[in-house]
Amino acid sequence: MGLGAWLEDRLRWRAADQFLRHKRVPLVRHGYVYYFGGITLFLFLIQVVTGLLLLMYYRPTADAAYESVRFIMARVQFGWLVRSVHSWAANLMVFWVFAHLFGAFFLRAYRRPRELTWISGGLLLFVTLAFGFTGYLLPWNMLAYFATKVGTEIVGAVPLVGGPLLVLLRGGEDVTEATLSRFFGIHVAILPALTTLLLGLHLFLVQLHGMSHPGARPPGRALPFIPHVVLREAMIWLGMTALLAVLAVLLPWPAGEKADPLAPAPAGIKPEWYFVFMFQTLKLIPSHVLGLEGEQAGIVAFVLGAAVLLAVPFLDRGEEPTRATRIVRAAGVAAVLYIVGMTAYGYLAP
Amino acid sequence: MARPPLRVTRRSLADYLIGTGLAGLAGTILYPLVRYLIPPKVREVSAGSIVAAKVAEVAPNSGKVFLFGGKPAILVRTPEGTFKAFSAVCTHLACTVQYRPEIGHIWCACHDGHYDLNGQVLAGPPPRPLPEFSVTVRGDDVIVTRPA
Repeated sequence: MGLGAWLEDRLRWRAADQFLRHKRVPLVRHGYVYYFGGITLFLFLIQVVTGLLLLMYYRPTADAAYESVRFIMARVQFGWLVRSVHSWAANLMVFWVFAHLFGAFFLRAYRRPRELTWISGGLLLFVTLAFGFTGYLLPWNMLAYFATKVGTEIVGAVPLVGGPLLVLLRGGEDVTEATLSRFFGIHVAILPALTTLLLGLHLFLVQLHGMSHPGARPPGRALPFIPHVVLREAMIWLGMTALLAVLAVLLPWPAGEKADPLAPAPAGIKPEWYFVFMFQTLKLIPSHVLGLEGEQAGIVAFVLGAAVLLAVPFLDRGEEPTRATRIVRAAGVAAVLYIVGMTAYGYLAP
Repeated sequence: MARPPLRVTRRSLADYLIGTGLAGLAGTILYPLVRYLIPPKVREVSAGSIVAAKVAEVAPNSGKVFLFGGKPAILVRTPEGTFKAFSAVCTHLACTVQYRPEIGHIWCACHDGHYDLNGQVLAGPPPRPLPEFSVTVRGDDVIVTRPA
């Protein structure tokens, strides 16, 4: 018995092989959005590999974290490359998660039976943002320290559960080494475990239901997944690899200055760009709204926004576009404009 | 014997270009990765000599383990009062040895290795004697020196 037959007997892999050979991706207007999920997946894999590499030298203590990052960048061969690729791929991944989300949104890929695909994707977006927030602190530099202080302070403003949540996140009243330990554990163990589950479900569902198409009926033309889509995807991944290498070489991620809990906050402090629209909103909200403090109102609004995002498949249900579709779509356009506008405002406002 | 005509087809050229391209890509990714995993040399403190202890610190028929060039070493004061120093890394499987006053020689707990006060193996699995260092007493300090 040949090796192929031996494995087939035990793994039944030919079913998967046959499945992939019959998989087709519809050719539609704006069909390029079908590649956004793959780009996100690729960047996630880059994060896994470079993250594991950084773990070889990184040390999560207040005394050693900053020094170990400096050590990686200055002493370890190609350490600067690995660390910069990790930082750049993180930022690109957040961007492509949003692109994938809005791509799926405007092609209405969330319709029956793909509601759970949409929800698992939404949860993956939240996990990605949590990855960004916790990872940002790990180099233990000034910017990271104060961004975490402000960020967790905002969590503390959540009505009712804010106080305990703040202590739970920080591992105490203040941002200290205990916070660093927690964020490290969350970043390298808890979130990866959650991602594995959610991403497994998400990818399984995508295969189970096949590719969505915008209209009620499948379009006349479709591309075979093997080899056409695979080769196109490979070209894009290759381009992404090149982009990462160029960014890491030409714009290496700085290590910053070591965090000093006694130093005053540096001027012009801002969170990572993907949090700027929330940050800017909280800045603009008046100090009291509807009997709530301004920050509380802002947080309640963002939590409601996240809930609406997950509920989209249940708000716009018809196979054919309906009035609900137009309302949901208008809300989506408004959300894009709001996020882009507030982000720009956050960077341009004095 | 006539050579078969060399035939380069579109397909074989494409295969060649894609294959070498992929091999090059794999190389450019794997090379930095492997280099990254090789730990950088940590500056070793290779001092030739060190103050291992104060004379009063080590009573006759006792020993003290100290750090010498990043590795454990042992200073032994014999019952007669002279000082001896050895590497404390057992030559068997690198456990740290200790001085046992009740039997009067150096012993390794891991696999019951015994060394005499010249570092020679008395019993047990160690394959080689413990490397010896020279000891000088200058005033109050016991100075251990690595042989040149």
